[in-house]
Amino acid sequence: MNKYKFVSVDIDKCVGCRVCEYACSMEKNKAFNPTRSRIRVVRLYPHTNAALNCRMCQDSPCVTACPRKALKQSEENGVIHVDIGLCDGCGWCIKVCEFGAITLDTESKVSICDLCEGREGGSACIEWCPEKALELTTNDAISQKARISAVEKMAE
Amino acid sequence: MYAYTGKILYIDLTTGNHKTGRFDESFAKDYIGGTGFGIKMLIDNLKPGTDAFDPENPLIYVSGATTGTMVPCTASKFGVFAKSPATGLLGEAYSTGQWGAELRATGYDILVITGKAPKPVYIWIDDGAVQIRKASHLWGKTTWEAEDVIRDELGDQNIRVSGIGQAGENLNRLACLINDRFRAAGRTGLGAVMGSKNLKAVALRGTHDVRVADPDGLMDLNKDLYERAKGPLTAKYRTMGTPANMLIHNAQGALPTRNYQSASFDGAEKVSGEVLNEKYVTKIQGCSACPCRCEHIAKAKSGRFEGAASRMEYEPMMAFGPYCGVDDMNAVIKAIEFCNLYGVDAIGAGIVVGFAMECYEKGLITKDDTGGLELRFGNGEAMVDMVRKMSVREDIGDVMAEGVMRAAEKIGQGSEHFAMHIKGLELTGYDLRGLKTCALGYLVSRRGGDHQRHGSYGWDLSGKVDRYKAEPERGALVMGDEDFYCIIDSIIICKFTRAIWKGYDEIAKVYSLVTGIPMTGGEMKRAGERMSNLARLFNIREGMTRSDEKLPARIMEDPIPDGVAKGAVVTPEEVDILLDGYFDARGWTRQGVPTRGKLEELGLSAYAYIAEGGQAT
Repeated sequence: MNKYKFVSVDIDKCVGCRVCEYACSMEKNKAFNPTRSRIRVVRLYPHTNAALNCRMCQDSPCVTACPRKALKQSEENGVIHVDIGLCDGCGWCIKVCEFGAITLDTESKVSICDLCEGREGGSACIEWCPEKALELTTNDAISQKARISAVEKMAE
Repeated sequence: MYAYTGKILYIDLTTGNHKTGRFDESFAKDYIGGTGFGIKMLIDNLKPGTDAFDPENPLIYVSGATTGTMVPCTASKFGVFAKSPATGLLGEAYSTGQWGAELRATGYDILVITGKAPKPVYIWIDDGAVQIRKASHLWGKTTWEAEDVIRDELGDQNIRVSGIGQAGENLNRLACLINDRFRAAGRTGLGAVMGSKNLKAVALRGTHDVRVADPDGLMDLNKDLYERAKGPLTAKYRTMGTPANMLIHNAQGALPTRNYQSASFDGAEKVSGEVLNEKYVTKIQGCSACPCRCEHIAKAKSGRFEGAASRMEYEPMMAFGPYCGVDDMNAVIKAIEFCNLYGVDAIGAGIVVGFAMECYEKGLITKDDTGGLELRFGNGEAMVDMVRKMSVREDIGDVMAEGVMRAAEKIGQGSEHFAMHIKGLELTGYDLRGLKTCALGYLVSRRGGDHQRHGSYGWDLSGKVDRYKAEPERGALVMGDEDFYCIIDSIIICKFTRAIWKGYDEIAKVYSLVTGIPMTGGEMKRAGERMSNLARLFNIREGMTRSDEKLPARIMEDPIPDGVAKGAVVTPEEVDILLDGYFDARGWTRQGVPTRGKLEELGLSAYAYIAEGGQAT
């Protein structure tokens, strides 16, 4: 079972405002550039919105797919670290990620959410999300929440 | 200079050539961005007297000072300028969504499009690379269809498109530019200018960093601004939205109803913000970097229009609701959806249909003209079909596509009396007869009948002044509002969040944090006044005089027949009192012409020749 925490979106709450993208790019690049953000917002017309980023999969396909062994997953928190000295931007990791969570940065290296490791105040996207649509959570916590909600409905 | 690259992209569609120009820091400091850039670029790039549909009328896109940054509710903003086919004066409109942020990220701050392509084209700007691509296969398509095809053929679903539908192609003088499905640079007919150039759209992909002068300082201030943008000062826009105005205006006797035949509407409840939110709104979502988020997306629920989806605001709901005597929300939603698809100003279009309905009821036009439509007030289906007809210029729609001023000239028979426009631009949702500060704002608005250049209804509706009284002091109030709105539209701050800002000083501070250009609140205020004066000069150069600043006859001669504002009217004498007071406050002559002294004070001496009736030297 996946024990790692990741940034998860509540799509009922997400309004597609992309503040998370701006906050992420400012945190990581000291510039505003949504296309370099490690969390990316999708809007499907007319009004489905969601922000997607790395879900810290176990046995991550991106790590396996990298031909240059540039990606390594931390055993401690599941974050996938990119060795930018090794990465040549070939994009195999991008191809295998089912969530589109890997970004090819303008410098032709991939970038992946690292939860803003070591940042005071935690992940920038969570801090700035105006809708509180993002949270740091685990799959177990998400399923637990869903179970409680289902039982509450049954009991009504 | 940060945030701004200073790059201006000039595209000539006649030759297919493009070149890059530059502006410097003093240009940015004097004209701020957005509105200031638009007015300055237009007056400097338009040969006086050029027809709006002449290929040499430049279509100008501008970004705001903080466009593309995380300053709340400014990231996605952009302005569009050209000589207006509706008024023959300054054409000006703003939009939001995503397109503006994308423009900033391409590295261009301003686009100037001139000429006319021999065949339909669209412009594709991929960061620094510019292509003019054929658009014959897009001509005749709706704005949404065109966006889908452009994204598919360029292979990127994040490409942002600002373009026209059939209304712009057919030179409908109310045609607008639609971007991001639901957002419009709506007023003054700029879509028709694009259509006149055989241009279908401007598609963008921007991947550049937008760097600001003081990122840490900005993010510190942003924390506070974001809290304010999510707080009580914007609560109206985040909850019920502007449609809340429907019942407020109805109760105040300020709701234009059945083409200004009344100022309150029996069916207001059915098309109110309350009913909209309870039954029709399916999601409230936001523009790029907006913590306020106000886009109320609604879907029609039943009947012939089931499934229609549009973004709902008070103004278009007023125009397709009370103004046309329609109390069917499904029809209102469908009419606004058609405006988005065909690319036509959803305020003006409703005013035109209301005008056509009165013509029909008075027998000035008949079923032969309408193609069989029973075009009576209250007929929602006929209203919806009229939006289509005016977009494709079918039947009487061909006449109505010219806007109410020109339609009334053509139809005659006294219809001029109830053609509700100022300087050729249709009025918006405030019955001016009982709102006299507001009436002045509309009278002198540089783009014609419009509330968005001044917001002066606030004085009247809040009770800060006697709304029924015309007095010279209103001039200074309107002037203050106009100059402040110039700055708001230069940054470009979303008007829904205007209340969160602590005046010129705080806006100047953010401007400096972003651009690195030193700026005080006083300099900012002066820049706003500079823009108002330069816009006035533009309009004077295009032939506008004081005599053009007049209200529709119905506002001056037909008192409000019922409700709390019963009996209210704005007399010609009151118009004179208001105009004199305004011109005095501005330091202009009583003919509304800026004096040389005023222009020198504002650094506009180079344009004094216009005030003096001469030619450029």
